[in-house]
Amino acid sequence: MSVLSFTFYLFSICVIVGGLFTVISRNPVHSVLWLILSFLSSAGLFVLLGAEFVAILLVIVYVGAVSVLFLFVVMMLDVDFAQLKAEMARYLPLGLLIGVVLLMQLGMAFGNWTASEGAEAARAAIAPADTHNTAALGLLIYDRYFLLFQLAGLILLVAMVGAIVLTLRHRKHVKRQDVLAQMYRDPATAMELKDVKPGQGL
Amino acid sequence: MEEFLTTPAGIALILVAQGLLMAIFLLLSAYFLIYADRKVWAAVQMRRGPNVVGAWGILQSGADMLKLVFKEIIVPAGSDKAVFFLAPLASFFLAIAAWAVVPLNEGWELSNINVAILYVFAVSSLEVYGVIMGGWASNSKYPFLGSLRSAAQMISYEVSIGLIIIGVILSTGSMNFGDIVRAQDGDYGIFSWYWLPHFPMVFLFFISALAETNRPPFDLPEAESELVAGFQVEYSSTPFLLFMAGELIAVWLMCALTALLFFGGWLSPIPGLPDGPVWMIGKMAFFFFIFAMVKAITPRYRYDQLMRLGWKVFLPMSLAWVVIVAFLAKFEAFGGAYARWAIGG
Repeated sequence: MSVLSFTFYLFSICVIVGGLFTVISRNPVHSVLWLILSFLSSAGLFVLLGAEFVAILLVIVYVGAVSVLFLFVVMMLDVDFAQLKAEMARYLPLGLLIGVVLLMQLGMAFGNWTASEGAEAARAAIAPADTHNTAALGLLIYDRYFLLFQLAGLILLVAMVGAIVLTLRHRKHVKRQDVLAQMYRDPATAMELKDVKPGQGL
Repeated sequence: MEEFLTTPAGIALILVAQGLLMAIFLLLSAYFLIYADRKVWAAVQMRRGPNVVGAWGILQSGADMLKLVFKEIIVPAGSDKAVFFLAPLASFFLAIAAWAVVPLNEGWELSNINVAILYVFAVSSLEVYGVIMGGWASNSKYPFLGSLRSAAQMISYEVSIGLIIIGVILSTGSMNFGDIVRAQDGDYGIFSWYWLPHFPMVFLFFISALAETNRPPFDLPEAESELVAGFQVEYSSTPFLLFMAGELIAVWLMCALTALLFFGGWLSPIPGLPDGPVWMIGKMAFFFFIFAMVKAITPRYRYDQLMRLGWKVFLPMSLAWVVIVAFLAKFEAFGGAYARWAIGG
């Protein structure tokens, strides 16, 4: 077995094991950690394909940002693990049914799949040979698929605005900090000096 | 022998040897960084600092290390053991892993990849996991609060670091450290380096680096007056040592990044003298000195001030800077100072 195929199998096994334990581990925080292993291993698979830029982006976006948010949420939850496990047993038949249906559909789809001649080559030769793949990706995204790329960004923006609108409540009677007001405060406006005579008080 | 080194086993052997060499360099520098940090801090406060163990106290770090190693490892009751020990390991391992692509001289890196700077960014964005896992696994209030604070802080400042790096990438047209340094090698000596064209961003980058590595004045994760020691409260012995070493190596990485991105890496600042790793390490040491001085002379930020600075000041500034640099590079303003790829720099 060559080094390449050895690393391929190593990463693939890590992806599958990570995914499996994400589902079956009892502690949700452990689930997220297994999910991170899965993400990192799939980044390794991308590196093996020569798509280094996509691999690093996967690590930055999914592991560096998305999983941190998952972890935040999961750590805050007060979960009853025993109850969670009981529910898992209850929903297991339904989950298995969905899994079998999906597997059958995929099998039917790929069983009849025939690629026309030259289709593989057309997909592989999309990047010019003399540019490295970051530049090639940039050319594709910002020239050929510019509109699609911008639309995808717009959809994300709409989702973000929606989430903010749903959760934003303007509460009155909340003490807010006005940094400018704080900085422009000086002794003359902030305090009053009183000359207190001994034995008299104010 | 020559033949053996081209077989897979030989290549693996060379890689392991190079990796070990880098690790030894990092551990040695961590050893002296702790010493330097304490000496600078002491000098500012008119104390002597470590001065008993060895000549001028030079063996103090070694004595501390031995002391920590031989202490008992205490695992808190009810803690998640696997994650508890995974956290310091992740923190230390990731801090060292980022160095795989950092060159100390022309071609002196373990791995010369095209997306080097993104790799460093990715690995340093993973460092937050050491903190989160450590705080959660300790099963205690203070570490948990500390780790939540710290995670929010590290993520906030990563955003502006990323945007500042994009400015440099736009000017260079490459994400490789070698290309970035070579692009700074211009006709005007030190005035060709990126610190002049990217002047405001040097400060933003440095301050963000302080926050990213949890150094004072942004050391809120371990604010001892409120949180005892943040996410490290329950750690003792070697796991604590790993956390500390990981933190220092991350600081050292930030010094290296500042030198590479803005101050010409291994390029000589004095015309006529040859370029070399001496300059690189000298620049890194200088930035570490500033790190230590900042620690000595600034009071700690309040948490809401820190978040405000990150999201309401640094983020808009660095975002605006990306747009400005993009325009300056497109129209090759100032003789192509922002578009080194266009003038063949």
